[in-house]
Amino acid sequence: MRNPLSETIVKIPPSGIRKFFDIVSEMKDAISLGVGEPDFDTPWHIREEGIYSLERGRTFYTSNAGLKELKREIGHYQKRKYGVMYDYTDEIMVTVGGSEAIDIALRAMINPGRGEEVLIPQPSYVSYVPCTILAGGVPVVIELEAKDEFRLTPEKLLEKLTPNTKILVLPFPNNPTGAIMEKEDLEAIAEIIMEKDLFVISDEIYGELTYKGRHTTIASIPGMRERTVLINGFSKAFAMTGWRLGYACAPEPILTQMLKIHQFAIMCAPTTSQYAGIEALKNSDEDVEKMREAYDQRRRYLMHAFREMGLECFEPYGAFYTFPSIKRFGMTSDEFATRLLQEEKVAVVPGTAFGDCGEGYLRISYAYSLDSLKEALGRIERFIKRLDSDEHCTV
Amino acid sequence: MREKILAVIEKNSRIDLKDLAILLGESEAAVANEIAEMEKEHIICGYHTLINWDNTSEEKVQALIEVKVTPQRGMGFDKIAERIYQYSEVDSVFLMSGGYDFTVMIEGKTMRQVALFVSEKLSTLDSVLSTATHFVLKKYKDHGTVIAEPAQDERMPISL
Repeated sequence: MRNPLSETIVKIPPSGIRKFFDIVSEMKDAISLGVGEPDFDTPWHIREEGIYSLERGRTFYTSNAGLKELKREIGHYQKRKYGVMYDYTDEIMVTVGGSEAIDIALRAMINPGRGEEVLIPQPSYVSYVPCTILAGGVPVVIELEAKDEFRLTPEKLLEKLTPNTKILVLPFPNNPTGAIMEKEDLEAIAEIIMEKDLFVISDEIYGELTYKGRHTTIASIPGMRERTVLINGFSKAFAMTGWRLGYACAPEPILTQMLKIHQFAIMCAPTTSQYAGIEALKNSDEDVEKMREAYDQRRRYLMHAFREMGLECFEPYGAFYTFPSIKRFGMTSDEFATRLLQEEKVAVVPGTAFGDCGEGYLRISYAYSLDSLKEALGRIERFIKRLDSDEHCTV
Repeated sequence: MREKILAVIEKNSRIDLKDLAILLGESEAAVANEIAEMEKEHIICGYHTLINWDNTSEEKVQALIEVKVTPQRGMGFDKIAERIYQYSEVDSVFLMSGGYDFTVMIEGKTMRQVALFVSEKLSTLDSVLSTATHFVLKKYKDHGTVIAEPAQDERMPISL
């Protein structure tokens, strides 16, 4: 029998946390700070709307791009929150989570096999590199550093530019570092992007979870809208991960092609979720603010605890992650995380799951109740104290 | 800072002062000060515990009583309310808009005890025109807290 498989996909390694996942799942009384989704339930009025749509028998496909009313609300929301205008008739589409939007944006813009390069700042979410490869592009990693607070600087961008560079993925607020890009940061790189005629795929799924001023989208910077695919969704802001609902806003020529891929591969985003999404955008400002405030409080709590126990960490202003450095312990992220799990039953994600330059870091999520955080931080502190005193003994 | 302090302690009045200060990004002294001020100004009126008596062996009956009154000269609603809330059996008294005047929450050991209180103490007040007593059968949610079993974290333990 011939090999049934595509070499391209076989070569792509699976995401690197399987091992932890298996151990944690087996372990009783383990505390995990390894979750990448909100701990809040979807606000009830949103769930209610989903239930109601089912009761009404709204169980059919929607149009490919999504319900008209939902697209219109997305347009309003983007204008109201971030000051960018998109025409809901041909510049907005509803996707199955932000993840689908990332995939189809890359596929709509890359010519396979022509060596077109996609710049991907890391540490970052795991899908950008594989999706680029699957779309036939060449991923080029930009390694961000703690000294820049893991922001993308013009220098870092220029370093990796080649004549083949076509797209920059902009994953801010960032998973796993919690880094944000403020308006000035965006303006600085926008200049280069326009001068070098690049396009941007801006993954702003954590946009609402910003703890220093308001989130700025790069699409709001003059000249950037026509070269940006803006991706956002419902998972993080409205605690709706399982609904699988996201969206993309882009100039019509790009969106039209993305829509074709979506039409053939997906048909439409889940109808129930779309109805719930309308309610989310219309009536959730207060819920979002409450959750944001809760995350912000825990963020401060975590940062304070890190300082107390001598765990170095730059101050993150976005998402719900901290990214402390464990370099001083002379262990890899993987070793540290494995020992922490075995010895204190606390699960965190090694920074290397998000790119090689995540080595020496851990992603610690604060999408947990204060009580869970307290318990876990106590265990981490005990672990670190033990490491520090062991070191003393050997010296 | 006041609103933020209140939002946290409304849900968790037992939180450590130290933790509260960290959560809000303020100094411990400033938070302690603010709380003391709010106690003085009677913004914070008490720190109570939400108890699910159904899970204890203690027998308790709660009733909500709709009370209609006629305010008389020199005796407005506030005065009447005072004559009602002074009774130790009375848990809370609210002045209402709509079909009746006061909501009075009563706690007693037995239904009989509550009924006697209503018929002998409350109804006999000069200003009281009528009462309608409703007994609480089951509490589902109180003070914003769902009384049933605490929710489990059903998320996958690790996700990217």
